[in-house]
Amino acid sequence: MDRMETPPLAKERTDGHDEPSPVSPRRLVGRSVRRLEDPRRLRGEGTYVDDVHVPGMLHATVVRSPRAHARIRSIDATEAKAAPGIVAILGARELGGDLRPIPVRLVPDERLLRYLQRPLATNRVRYVGEPVALVVARSRAAAEDAAERVEVDYEPLPPVTDASSAPPAPLFDHTPDNLASLIEEAFGNIDAAFARAERVVRLAFRTGRHSAVPMETRGLVAVPDRGAAEGRGRLTVWGPTKVTHFNRSVLAAMLGWPEHRIRLVEPDVGGGFGARGEFYPEDFLVPCAALRLGRPVKWIEDRVEHLSAINHSREQRYELALALDSDGRFLGLRAEIVNDMGAYLRTHGTVVPGLSAGMLPGPYEMQAYRCRVRCVLTNKTPTGTYRAPGRFECNAARERLIDRAARLTGIGRMDLRMRNLVRPERMPFARGTSILGEEVVYDSGDYPAALAEAVALSGFRMSVPDAVPGAGARAGAGSASGDAPEARPESRAGSAANAVPVAPARESGARAESGTRSDGGSYGREEPGRYRYGMGLACFVEKTGTGPFEGARAFLDRSGALVVATGAADLGQGLETCLAQIAGDALGVDHAGITVRHGDTDLIPHGVGSFASRGTVMAGNAVHEAVSELRTRVLERAAARLGVPPGDLAIGPGGLVRGTGGRSCTLAELAAEPGLEMVRYFRCEQMAYSHGVTVARVKVDTATGLVVPERIWLLYDVGRVVNPSIVAGQIEGGVAQGIGGSLLEELRYDDTGQFLSGSFMDYVLPGTTDVPTILHRDLGRSPSPRNPLGVKGAGEVGIAGVGGAVANAVADALADAEREDDELPLTPERVWKRVRCNPSPQTPAAAAAGGRNPV
Amino acid sequence: MKPAPFAYRDPDSVDEVLALLAEHGDDAKLLAGGQSLGPMLNMRVVSPEFIVDLNRVKALSRRGTSADGGFAIGALVRQAELEDDPAFAVAQPLAAAALPWIAHRPIRNRGTVAGSLVHADPAAEWGGIILALDARLAIRRAGAPPREVEAENFFTGILETAVEAEDLLAEIRLPPWPDGARWGFREFARRRGDFALAGVACRFEVDGAGRCRSVRIGLVGVGDTAVRARLAESVLEGEPPGAELFAAAAAAVGKEVEPLDDGHASAAYRRHLAEVVVADALAEAWEQDGRDEG
Ligand SMILES: Cc1cc2nc3c(=O)[nH]c(=O)nc-3n(C[C@H](O)[C@H](O)[C@H](O)COP(=O)(O)OP(=O)(O)OC[C@H]3O[C@@H](n4cnc5c(N)ncnc54)[C@H](O)[C@@H]3O)c2cc1C
Repeated sequence: MDRMETPPLAKERTDGHDEPSPVSPRRLVGRSVRRLEDPRRLRGEGTYVDDVHVPGMLHATVVRSPRAHARIRSIDATEAKAAPGIVAILGARELGGDLRPIPVRLVPDERLLRYLQRPLATNRVRYVGEPVALVVARSRAAAEDAAERVEVDYEPLPPVTDASSAPPAPLFDHTPDNLASLIEEAFGNIDAAFARAERVVRLAFRTGRHSAVPMETRGLVAVPDRGAAEGRGRLTVWGPTKVTHFNRSVLAAMLGWPEHRIRLVEPDVGGGFGARGEFYPEDFLVPCAALRLGRPVKWIEDRVEHLSAINHSREQRYELALALDSDGRFLGLRAEIVNDMGAYLRTHGTVVPGLSAGMLPGPYEMQAYRCRVRCVLTNKTPTGTYRAPGRFECNAARERLIDRAARLTGIGRMDLRMRNLVRPERMPFARGTSILGEEVVYDSGDYPAALAEAVALSGFRMSVPDAVPGAGARAGAGSASGDAPEARPESRAGSAANAVPVAPARESGARAESGTRSDGGSYGREEPGRYRYGMGLACFVEKTGTGPFEGARAFLDRSGALVVATGAADLGQGLETCLAQIAGDALGVDHAGITVRHGDTDLIPHGVGSFASRGTVMAGNAVHEAVSELRTRVLERAAARLGVPPGDLAIGPGGLVRGTGGRSCTLAELAAEPGLEMVRYFRCEQMAYSHGVTVARVKVDTATGLVVPERIWLLYDVGRVVNPSIVAGQIEGGVAQGIGGSLLEELRYDDTGQFLSGSFMDYVLPGTTDVPTILHRDLGRSPSPRNPLGVKGAGEVGIAGVGGAVANAVADALADAEREDDELPLTPERVWKRVRCNPSPQTPAAAAAGGRNPV
Repeated sequence: MKPAPFAYRDPDSVDEVLALLAEHGDDAKLLAGGQSLGPMLNMRVVSPEFIVDLNRVKALSRRGTSADGGFAIGALVRQAELEDDPAFAVAQPLAAAALPWIAHRPIRNRGTVAGSLVHADPAAEWGGIILALDARLAIRRAGAPPREVEAENFFTGILETAVEAEDLLAEIRLPPWPDGARWGFREFARRRGDFALAGVACRFEVDGAGRCRSVRIGLVGVGDTAVRARLAESVLEGEPPGAELFAAAAAAVGKEVEPLDDGHASAAYRRHLAEVVVADALAEAWEQDGRDEG
């Protein structure tokens, strides 16, 4: 792959939105142009799947298991079939042989086949919410009336709800221990590392089950051509997203239909975050019903279904041991992880635990590493990816472990990290692990600079005096623990001696920083000692831009306008705008007149999709290549027409191609003849690695256990930024979701496997008043050398470090960072219990002086 | 999330409402703001055969000062109307202060006080408010004289009240605000607008000898129903207010409440929260230093 000249970095960026003037030759990439997709979405002019209405359309609802684990004795639909408006009830008996397992999308593995989910439970249900039958009627209400009358006779089996203890029953008879897979990652000689250790620091850590809750639930409208039921014509499905081409292949294979007769169309999408858009049971059931009945069928997931049907994520337990030498250098890290997979393996297979195992070492040097992940099946909703899958969890566990080590060794929290971060001269840095079947090799980044900057930006204060290596100065002394709110951190910004000049920090919203909740309400009284304040930080590396390829088709239409089509998807993240900016620069035209199309399998033969922070990296570079070549063709054609060498031509505003001597023609004139069309697939063998440091400041009400996040800072480097404002949106949204996973959200089950989080009353999402001010800054130093544009993904950077930073901040506030275990989410009740067990936290001075219990 | 089929009536007089209730009783449900009934219908927690919509009954929208100097709230008065009514804030400062803590503004725009009381979620703020204020609830039924129920007899069990299937809760009557009474309102929820894990509305007067009198403590979220903290009230009654006394009262609350273990919180945690909010609310009341005297 060609390397481009170093792309322009932060210099060109501006903070606010910024419309290009029509005559400006300024580049589009790097500027916060307004999102092209916003006007239609903000005005309610978007077309979401529920806006798709087709004449003769029927409505489906899914009959779901109310039990966690049971054998299905019988299904009696007699009464349901008599319900008004009913059209069909499709159960395992009716669909029979069509019920093939849904395959794994990423990193398929033969050994996992026997744990895959079929679209309907056949003779056994394994989680509450598992589809048992599909009811199709003339309206959704009629379908729900009929569904209520479907009588399923269940014979209860013992439920498995805890992945860590001995299972009371196997989910699959062939696997008595419920262990679906054992993942191992290792490098170096771990035993030698621990034998040499001056100290070993351990931590047990747990992250709670939670998941993506996109504003728009899933939905599908399957529209068969007339005759499709008899095998003629085509089938069109509205509503898929994320990975439409892959899902088309799966649907074709499961239906036994040729791919070319299936078209999947992504409408406007109200959020995905990894969970939405995978191939779920309904993605087969709804098209299958439409074909069987020869009628269009719509299914819109309601919120109650959503919470038990969509992939859950994040439920992991860690047992960690870190070996340190006398200087606090990391010698080795041992990890035993249990990942609760839920009842089946879905399209992600064991990708999430694999990502944890491969990314747990993070941005730190260490000589040896050994990690084992037990992927255990339980009677809960199957799991998959959720923004920063596997990394939100492992970053939190590792960073909390490092804070414990800092507390126990007496080395400052920042100092200990500085001593161990991978230094920029070590890039590219072979991590020694692999993820998604690819060796992890960090491409670029200045991790110590990011940490120094984050400390400067946030005024992070250490529990014990702490020196910045290389700076020769104390970055800060004293403690964040105690009864008094922090001094305003901004006053300290820039005090770090090795501060680098970077773009100004952006701040979300503007909320008061006071002792009250950010919504102005106050739960408690300001009594001395009641509130404790703490700060915590987390360093992380993010994998982005996963391959293997993405494509772009670019052409000039007869009006001379540029049209770009790709197989990547837009789930609301602003891909249309980013691609238009890249395409505009490549051709030399304004982005606003460019049409970007995506998410329709008829547009381009191959596509991979949007996940793993890959859209801008993969589709962006494909667009860049396709449009750059198109430009060459355009100029050749213009040169012939105008009799000027192509090198003397320029494409200017209004689609005017100008040569020397005042000769010119328009793009429309050039596009009158066919041929200005280009398809390019960009391939990338290695991912690009973003990195960052998240800092959190919290206030803990020791009387109630409520943790109020007061502020989040984020210093990040995502390579070359296409649109700073879009990146800011990604960062802030990610932080907000991270606050949810750190403090509020948990998908809970009782001992019988009943699902306890079936509504937004029970599943607590952060609202605007729960998300603090977010201050973030782009370090802007490390374009990726792995793609011509120098871009890295930015979609998951916001969330990746929040859990670790918040957990560390709470431990700092409670002055109990030395505790042997910790967990997320830190709900008020958990924090209250923790305070009660340790009512008078050590003063920081005492901790610094004598509180260093040896391990 | 679509309701089961039902028949719909929207009469425009109280008498018609009562007649429909007399006819259909258990099979009918009144619809006021729909903020509780709507979700219950959609989730099919309830599937009544008849919905009797109150929204056209103009007579039920009345609110204002009553003959005895108290404040009357008709069955169709939205919570947001009270929130926006300066006269209500003057007449009933405790209830006015509690209103912004109830759900979110769009819900208060539709949701009624009567609907909240009859729905009787154990954590609903109005339960604690009517107990602290000694409110009276005016109930109508076809063919029977109107009756009044005291707040302390209103809640009969989990999601159950003195309002039976054929009854209409016609009006909530808040007695005149006692001169110089002090009050406090506190609740704890994980997120603003959620049902509280524990909450309290309290009011007391201080007599000429500097002692607490007419102490009322209405707790929500810590049992099957809203409850009065009688033990804590008796700790306070007749004693000079102060930090130690409030601590003793809070401790008494911890002894007398019987919270449930549920998906939202353990009983122990709710009990503890009850103590915290009571201590906070009493201190808040005391700090008012008679600012509402007038
Ligand atoms: C997201 C959300 C959050 C909420 N949070 C809170 C909260 O924090 N605190 C809180 O207190 N409430 C909360 N609520 C409940 C809200 O306040 C309710 O809407 C309100 O309490 C019920 O009033 P309504 O007028 O909507 O009653 P409806 O929903 O119309 O009716 C509720 C019940 O009362 C019956 N009913 C109504 N009026 C009468 C009458 N006059 N006589 C006899 N029976 C009657 C109905 O038949 C029904 O059974 C929340 C609701 C939502 C949706």
